[in-house]
Formats: sequence, structure tokens, C-alpha cells
Amino acid sequence: MSASVDAAAATPVPTRRSRGQTLRLYGRRLLRQPIATVGTVIFIIFLLMAVFGPWIAPYGFEEQSIPDRLQSPTLQHPFGTDNFGRDVFSRIIVGARGIFLLGGTGTILAVLMGTTVGLVSGYFGGLLDEILMRLLDVLLSIPSLLLALVLLGTVGPSLINLILVVAVLYIPMIARVVRSMVLDLKTKEFVEAARIRGERDSYVLFREILPNALPPLLVEASMRFSYSIFLVASLGFLGLGVQPPSPDWGLQINEARNYLEGAPWMLAFPALAISMLVVATNLMSDGLRRVLQPGREDS
Amino acid sequence: MAASAETAPGREGRTVLEIEGLSVAYRTEEGDIFPVRDVSLTIAKGESFGLVGESGSGKSTLAMGAIRYLPANGRVTSGRVLLRGEDLLSLSDKEMRNVWGSRIAVVYQSPGNALNPSIRTGNQIAEVARIHLGMSKQEAHQRMLEMLEKVKMPDPESVARRYPHQLSGGMLQRCVVAQAMMTNPELLILDEPTTALDVTTQAVVLDLVAELKQEFDSAILYITHDLGVVARVCDRVGVMYAGEFMEQGGIHDLFKRPLHPYTLNLLGCVPHFSLGPRRKTLNTIPGFIPRLDELPEGCIFAPRCSLAEPECRVAQPPLVRAAEDHLTACRRWPVVPTPAEHMATITADLMQARGAAENRLLEARDVKKYYPVPTQGPFRQDKRKVKSVDGMTVWIDEGRTLGLVGESGSGKTTLARTIIGLVEPTEGTISLRGEILGPTTRSRERDVLRRIQMVFQNPDASLNPRQTVGQSIGRPLTLFGTPRHEVPRRVLELLEAVHLSPSYYHRLPSELSGGEKQRVAIARAFAAEPDLILCDEPIASLDVSVQGSLMNLLTTLQAEKGTSYLFISHDLSAVQHLSDWVCVAYLGYAMEWGDAGDVLNPPYHPYTEALLSAIPIPDPDVIQKNIRLEGSVPSAVDIPSGCRFHTRCPRFIGDICIQEEPPWREGEGDHWIYCHHTFEALVEMQKETLRLADHDHGTPGVEVQV
Amino acid sequence: MLIFIVRRLGFMVITLILASLLIFAATQILPGDVATMVLGRFATEQALDNFREEMGLNRSLIVQYGDWLLNFVQGDWGESLSTRADVRDLVMERLRNSAMLASVAFVMYVPLGIVLGVVAAIRRNSWVDHVISVGSLAFIGLPEFVTGLLLIAVFALRLDWFPSSSAIAPDAAFFERDTLERLVLPALTISLVSLAYIARMTRSSTAEVLSMDYVRTAYLKGLSRSRVIGRHVLRNALLPTVTVVAIGIGWLIGGLIVTESLFSFPGIGRLLLFGIQRRDLPLIQATTMVIVVIFTMANLLADILYGYLNPRIRFR
Repeated sequence: MSASVDAAAATPVPTRRSRGQTLRLYGRRLLRQPIATVGTVIFIIFLLMAVFGPWIAPYGFEEQSIPDRLQSPTLQHPFGTDNFGRDVFSRIIVGARGIFLLGGTGTILAVLMGTTVGLVSGYFGGLLDEILMRLLDVLLSIPSLLLALVLLGTVGPSLINLILVVAVLYIPMIARVVRSMVLDLKTKEFVEAARIRGERDSYVLFREILPNALPPLLVEASMRFSYSIFLVASLGFLGLGVQPPSPDWGLQINEARNYLEGAPWMLAFPALAISMLVVATNLMSDGLRRVLQPGREDS
Repeated sequence: MAASAETAPGREGRTVLEIEGLSVAYRTEEGDIFPVRDVSLTIAKGESFGLVGESGSGKSTLAMGAIRYLPANGRVTSGRVLLRGEDLLSLSDKEMRNVWGSRIAVVYQSPGNALNPSIRTGNQIAEVARIHLGMSKQEAHQRMLEMLEKVKMPDPESVARRYPHQLSGGMLQRCVVAQAMMTNPELLILDEPTTALDVTTQAVVLDLVAELKQEFDSAILYITHDLGVVARVCDRVGVMYAGEFMEQGGIHDLFKRPLHPYTLNLLGCVPHFSLGPRRKTLNTIPGFIPRLDELPEGCIFAPRCSLAEPECRVAQPPLVRAAEDHLTACRRWPVVPTPAEHMATITADLMQARGAAENRLLEARDVKKYYPVPTQGPFRQDKRKVKSVDGMTVWIDEGRTLGLVGESGSGKTTLARTIIGLVEPTEGTISLRGEILGPTTRSRERDVLRRIQMVFQNPDASLNPRQTVGQSIGRPLTLFGTPRHEVPRRVLELLEAVHLSPSYYHRLPSELSGGEKQRVAIARAFAAEPDLILCDEPIASLDVSVQGSLMNLLTTLQAEKGTSYLFISHDLSAVQHLSDWVCVAYLGYAMEWGDAGDVLNPPYHPYTEALLSAIPIPDPDVIQKNIRLEGSVPSAVDIPSGCRFHTRCPRFIGDICIQEEPPWREGEGDHWIYCHHTFEALVEMQKETLRLADHDHGTPGVEVQV
Repeated sequence: MLIFIVRRLGFMVITLILASLLIFAATQILPGDVATMVLGRFATEQALDNFREEMGLNRSLIVQYGDWLLNFVQGDWGESLSTRADVRDLVMERLRNSAMLASVAFVMYVPLGIVLGVVAAIRRNSWVDHVISVGSLAFIGLPEFVTGLLLIAVFALRLDWFPSSSAIAPDAAFFERDTLERLVLPALTISLVSLAYIARMTRSSTAEVLSMDYVRTAYLKGLSRSRVIGRHVLRNALLPTVTVVAIGIGWLIGGLIVTESLFSFPGIGRLLLFGIQRRDLPLIQATTMVIVVIFTMANLLADILYGYLNPRIRFR
């Protein structure tokens, strides 16, 4: 035995494979899917717009100029102007921030809370699980746009309320995804091995289970983010989302309705922006699923 | 390949299938790979050809390529496949469809998935006759019932009306076989048909295959990894390795005198069921099956071969005819040792560093574990219980191994989970060195938790996919008090103990093979320096050559560290190889238990006797007793009255077995049998057993039961 | 099977009660006083009190809830605060219109979605599959108000094939040329998202079935491709589609709300928006409850149908 100790002591512990290599592997897998790559690139462009929008935009989003109203696209106004003479291009660029802020914050909140509910419910099971799942069923029994309308109709469409509504709507779906992963992982032998060692619940949950539940969670979160853009835009269109004069895309489309024939660009460009962002996010999350969970079909 | 077997005596004109120089390619992202290369074989009418190989040997691909059923990225690149002289590769798709199901029939491994869950079983079977024999609905139905009779299906009418999920695994496999035989096909391909079944069910299905061979005269291509199964049902064998045949020959020649080192090694890896001098190491084959994209030059087995010489690595050796109907791909076949010589050189006595003191380490007394029957909602409460473990008592001595053997549903895994505290026993106690333990892991002290560890069956789920090998093995060390700076060094020691190089330290489980994962799992269990390790079928999902090396590893580590094992297995040969004591369980209760030598020698409990008779022994010359259990294991909800084995017992006495629980009868030494028969009566009944001590096979003391 | 249905019914009732509680609670957190809002800021204290008395607003919330639920179950849905009309008549009339619209959409997207999904799965990785898969991903992302406006711009304003407004009379007959014409564009608008959703889900369930061992068995029995698909694949692949269609009704309802508003269609979605804009409590509560009941029933029906079609559940 002592001989082997010496031998082992003499052997240096090999250096660890870097995280960068893993990321490069994922990157290569993603690049093999041209459509998902395009989606990711578009998504990143929009994200940059959201971050740097106000500095890129040629005009202020509230800058009115009545003489220039309803101008068709020109070099000065590449996407034309609206009924107040505001630059549509600038409003779209600045509007991206609101979309990411709303949808992103709402989704992150939903992920945090949904993950907590899913982890607790799936891991501890029993009566608590039963109650939590029933409550989530209730939320799911009301179609999401309907629930959003009723909630916002009563509490009023402020930014905070919008974010909270998005979060509440998506908690059930995320909780379910996490819970089903936990139920699956809980019976896996490596988790049982941890229980046999007498690991604390927190260690089992956060070190053994959660890391393995992350890939589907990430995919689900990106899907939810794309739905939230859809939802927020629909609410804006119905007048229960962000209020004027904010450059919200849904709101812009709503305002464009009355100028469909005279100024179609007022509709076309915000519609294009929403569609591109949502579709790009969908394509990206579909690609993400294939990169992170290869071998699995659509969930 | 130049030589093929078509000229073997008495086979002219009877050839059904002839495969010549077949190669199959798969398109992958890294280019084409060839899982089957230039392979030839022939099968005659009424003959069964065993295609043997470990996983990755290309045996299924060969069969599927030959009948042109490959996945979209696969194709046959060269060769001919003649079915009664007709080249299948030149047929149109439509013509091929007429061959499938009528002239060629296929039966797969998992009977549960082979039938459509939403169509009644009978209709699925009858469908074949309607399509290929042009029968009317009534005629097809009639034929289907006849076929079910022929495969000895009890109550065919009612089986035909049922859906697949309402039938047991054994019944399903009979249905699939009946479906295959509907058109009396010229070629029947059986692809691991019994691998998913229990050993007693397997024995019944193997008998059925043997009977079908007599009755239908089909040529059979039997694909399996199990040499014992081949020995029982095949006439000729081909041994495949990494896409090529290593050896082909008649079953008796090949098992008695293998002429290829790979075959010789494979035979040595299997623990032979023997009652001679025990505690020998098993044969192992160094290295791995080569990856298909980096095949070695010359003989593909040379890198792992002890007989290899430099010339073996130069050119690929052809299959040469070493004897009439015996082909080998080894250029050094004349110097390949006999099995007896081989075993004498490779096996060594195992270290016996066991403490003489017979201290009792662990005792599980009267353990019961009942689960509620899953109910349908709040309106119906089912008060019945699933009696998974129903009052078992076992103990394990220090440094010793208790083998727990039984079929699925015997409660062996549940008992282990109760011992370790993963499930709370309904009744009964677990004590360690006389001290009664808490019922669950939560209620046990950290030091108690450390003393009992477990190695699981499924290597893919044993390790956290997100933790490196080093983290997995290091965690119990940190948890149980090894100073942090010492952990890496200890991990390296443990890696060395399980024969893994330090380069494994930072690997993730996805980069390891099944056998390597199990080694890491064993290292993790030993990291806690436990007194007892529960091994729940740790080798069941691995290839035979890997099984052998893991069993060697377990015995070596036990000898070094004095750890006790509870070794759970459905494989009596493995249990016999590793255990000092044996417990045979059936439906949550022990049937027989005691010292391994006594339990596995007559007199046996009738259930043990049936299990022994069902083991496929890798020696075609062994004639085993023909004791078969009818039906399947009863539900653990309604356990039969009296002796719970009475519904299937081949030594059934009468009403006493139904009405009264049998007594525990104590034999000489440490040996207990739970039966209404006395030891004397059992001895009398089982005395047809004889022993061939000097069997020329070379395995000492093979027991032969006539 | 009966136990299965009874059990499901039980769960449905519990869910509905909890949902009604949620809806009631949500509508009660209205900022401000209902009476002031309805009667205006200059109403006298006496008038406000009378109103509260009349509407039962001065009782405890639990009593109010119990009362409201009991009345709702008995069919007394109250009086609209803004129009003073009977809520039940109003909701029922609009519900009929929405049902017309939804059923036109339903017969368009369900069969087409299933066919597209199955075709994509069978021709997996071919260009057909890529077009359908990417197309469905794209259409899932297009909000109804975008597609609706595009459809209006093209088919109503430019081509003038269909009217741009679907403001039919609230009691218009279904089988009339004018009504049907006005249903086409909104129905198309609603369909696109659900079509994409169903096509996607059907594709994945069909692809899963195609990878099953019993499909291999069927091929190796010598069955033709069409027979394998028709007899062995579809049966199992379409089973989950039943559930998918039911869940898709949630999308359909969301689509209805947006589309009805866009096309000025007198349906239940627009009624709800109207109620929300006017803060018309009884109207909001009744419309929401009706929609939730319908959605829940659809899911229940799908569950029962699934259980009936699936022998593994039927014979347990």
C-alpha cells in the first residue's frame, strides 16, 4: 500500500479541461445549424439595440415634428415618420429596450420563482406538492392572455405590474418543467448515492439535481421569453400594455391602424421588428435545445 | 473472404442463406465508418447459426444489412446476400417487402416494444397471413390461433383478444415468435430474443426455439452476446469482433477447441458454474474494442492479443480453414492453447486475506416493506399492499460476501434499499455490529452512513453527469473528514486501486465507457472506507469481458480491505463465483439460504433447482435437467397462500403446500430450506445428479445434471 | 373508466372553484371605490350608500364571493354596470358569435395542422420537413394583430376580396353570405398561430412513434409504407394530438380576444375588453368565468377522449 501512496503522490493531478473548450463544443454544434445561427445573430443584434438604442437612434423617440408627419421612408427617415412626425426608425430602436426589459425581467422572475416551486414540489413531494400543483393548475386553467387582461385591467398597466403579470403567467410552466426534471433526477442513482452519504437536502438540490436540470430550464426560459414578447406586444396593441408615448412596438402598431392606407410603413416596420425578434428567439431556443439536449426531439 | 463453409458435408443444396463478402457503411459527420467488413457465412435448412459478439461487434448490423433494413445513413457497400440462390441486394423495394415477413421473419430483444400498443395482439399476428398468404379475415384468425397453440400459449383465444400491455414478457415473446412463424419463413432472425427476460422465462423461450427448429425446418440466425445461450440452441457459431468474424465452426468444435485467442478469452471471462476449487480469478482481455474510425493495421485483435507477434500487425489475416467446418482468422491458430492450458496460465488463486474471526457485521431481521397499491383517485381507496419484501432475515459476516439471488420481483433490490435506509422498512430492524440502525438515512449518524455504501446497476445513472471523476470520488472524502489538501492524492490512490490512470481525474462521465463508470462508482464507494458495500447487479449491463474484470476487481479489493459485500444478482454463476453465503429469494421471501457450498449443492429447494436448471451453461456438451417453471411470478399484491412458490413449484405435493406455510428445515452445516419436503425427500428426488470431475473442457468440476 | 371520469370531474370542480376565487379576488383589488367609479365623483354620499346597499358592496368579501358564485351557478349573472343590460343575455349572444368564429378557425387549422405535422415527420430532414418546421416556428412567433393587419392590408385594402371590418350584427345568422365573408379574415388570423402549434406538436409525436420498435416490426412484416403509417403509426401518433388540440384552445381564446378587437367583431373577447375599459365588474367576472369553464371542459373532454382511445388506460 505504501508503495502505491508514493506513486500516487508523485503523480501530479492533471490540469482540468477549461470551460472554454465546452463552450467551443457548443458553439460548433450551433454552427452546424445555419437557421438557428441566423436566429441567434438576429437576437444578439436586437439585444445590442436594446442596450445601446438611445445612443444609436438618429432622433429622440419623443421628438415630434408636425410638418414632417406621415412621411414615407427617405434617407432622413429610413422607416418614415408617424402621425406626430416622429421618426419610426428611432422609435423602433429605442422600443427594443422596453421589450427586453419587460419580457426579460418578467421571464427571469418567472424562472426564479418557478424553479423554486418546481424544486420544492418535486423534491419533497407529498401534500405540499399536491397543493402547489393544484394551484398551478388553477393558473393554467385560465388562458394566459385572458388572465393578463383581467389582472392588468384591475391593477392598471404600469411597468411593474406588467413585469409581475408576465412572471405570474409563466411560473406554472417553468415550475412544471423543473418539477418533472426533479422527479426524474431524484430517482437517479447518483442522487441516491448522495442521500446514502447523508448529504443535506440543499446540497442534493443545488449540486446534484439543479445543474442537471439546467439545460431544459434554459430552453424553456428562452421559449418563455419569446412568448412574453408576443404577450407584451399583444397587450400593448389592446391598450393594456405600455402606455403612450412610449415607443412600444405593439403600441406603435395600434397607432398605425388608422393610417393603414396612407402610411403603411407605420405598420410594416414595427410589425417586422416584432416578428423578427420573436421568430429569431424561437429559432434560437430551438437550436439551444439541440445543442444542450442532443438526441431529444421537441419537448 | 476466400474460405467459406459451403462445402461442409451434408449441406449441399440445403443452403438457405449465403452471405458473401458483405460490408456495411454508416455515414457520420466525420465520414463513413464500416461496422461490418467483408463478412461471409452460410446457414442451411433447419440449422441454427449463432452470431456471437460483444456490443459494438456489428452482429446486428450484419443481420440488418443482409436483409436490407438499415437506418437512413446506412448502406451495403459490397457483397452478395443469397436467399435460396436469389440475390436480395438486387431486388426492388417492393420485391423486398414481399420477402420480409413471408420468407424472412425477425424477432427482437424487447418483446414489450415489438408489438403495437393500440392494436389487439391477435389482429397484429393475423395481419401477416392476410398480407402474405392472401387469407380472408376468418382464415387468418384461424391460422393465428393455430400458431399460438404451436408456441404453447395457454388460452390462445383470450390472449388474441388482449392488448400487448396486458401480457407478460414471456407471453409477448411467444406472440412475437408466433407472428414470425405464421408464414413458415425460410429464414428466422432472432436478435437477442431472451436478453430482457428472467432466467426461468428465458429457459422456456429457448426450449420453444429448439422445438420450432424441429417442427419448421427454418434456417435460424440467432444473434446474442451470451455464450451459454448459443451452447443451448445453436448448431454452428460465428464469433464477431469489431465488424469481422474471428472464428466460425460447429458448436462442439468451437467450444471444445477454440482456434482464435479472442474466443478463448471470451470463454474464460464467463464464470463457469462449477463446484470445484473456487476463488479463481476470471480471465480478462486488456484494452478496448477499437473505434471503427481508428482500426488497427493487420489483425484487428492483435493489440489485445497475448499471442500477437510483429507479423500479426502487418497484414489482415484471412479466415482459414483449420479443420472441416472450422474457420479461424488467426494466423497463429496452431499454437492457440487449449482452454485447459489457457485457464491454467491466466487464472490465479485469489488472495484470501480474510479475517478468521466470524464476527457478524450486519443483520436484517424480519424485514418487511409494503407499498400501497397505486389508486385511482380519492374516491376509491385500495387497502391492499404490494408486498415487496415480506419478512426476510439475512446476515453478513465481516469480510464476507452474501449473494442474494432471485428473479425480478423477488424483492432483492428493495431489501438492499431498506438496509441502506433509502426506503423505510414497514417492519423489522437493521443492525450493524449489534447496534440497531435508524430506519432511514436521515435518522442515521454520519459515521453509520459512512460504513455502508452502495454500487448501482446502471452505470449511466450512477455518476452525476455534471461532475468530473475527481469530484465524484472526492466528495465522500471531504464529507467524511479527509483534510481538503489530501483529497486529490487520495482520489488518485483510489483511481489506481480500480485500475484507472490519473488522466481520468478530470473526465466527465460522458467520456467514459460503461465499465469505466462502474470502476469510478466502486472507487467512490470505497472512498468512504465502508465496512459493507451493497452491490446491486453491478455487472449486469456490461459486456462479458468487462464483467470478468469487474468481478476480479471486487474480489481483490475485498481481500485487500476486508470489506463485506451484499452481492445482488439474477445470475447464479456470478453469485456462485463471488459469494460465501447465498440467499435465494422468491416473491419477497427467502426460499433457501446458507453457506454457498451447501446451497448450491443438492439437496436444493425446488426453486433453486429450477433456477440452476435454467442457467445457460457455455458448454454444449452439458446436459442439464429440464425443469421449467410455468407461468410468471404472481403479483406481489396477492401472494399465494401457504408456500408462496406452490403455484409454480415443480415438486408440488398437494393441499399442504396451498394451505400451510412450510417450515424452515435446517440441514448439515449452515443450510436452511423453506419447504414441506424434508431434506431426505429432496435428496431422493434430486439424486439423478451426477458429477463429471474431469471434464475435458478444462473447467474443473463442471457439474452436470442429467 | 367511470372512476376515471368521475375523478376528472372532481378535479375540474375544484379547479373551477379556485379559479373563480382567483377571478373574484383579482377583480376586487380594483383601486378606488366601485360606487364612486360608477356614479361619478360628484354623487352624493346618500346615493353612494344606496348604491352600495343595492349592489351588496358593504358586506364582507367572503359573503360577496359566496353570493356571487351561487348566483353564477344558478344562472343569475347580474346586471352590467355600464349598460344596465342583463349580463347573461349579453354574454350568451357574444359567445355564440365567438363560437361561430372559433369553429370556422377550428375546422381550418386542426386538420391542416395534423396533416402538415405528419407529413413533416414522415419526410424527416427532407426540404418539405425543413419548410414546415421552420415555417411553423415562424408562425408561432407572429402575433395575431400583425398577421391580421397584414391580411387586411393585402386581402381587404389591396385586393378587396374580403371586407376589412367584421362588425356583423350581434344577432347575424351564421349561414349567410355576408356573415361568412366577414368571418374569413379573422378566422384565418386566429388559425395561423394554432396551425403552427399543432403542426409542431404532431410532428414531434409522429417522429417519436416512427422510432418505436413496433414500427420496425411492422415494416419487417412486409407491410407497405402506407399501411405502416396508416395502421400502425397514425393511431399512436395522433393520440397525444387530442391533448395538444385541447391545450391549443387556450391559444385560440387569446387569439379571439386580439382578433375580435382588430376586426371589430362582436364576440366575447371584445365584450371582455369593453368590460375592462369600463371597469364593469359583473361583466368581467361573467365573461372570464364562462371562458374558463369552456376551456376547462375542453381539457376534460380531451382527457376522457384520450383515455377512451388509449387501450393502456382503458383496460387498467
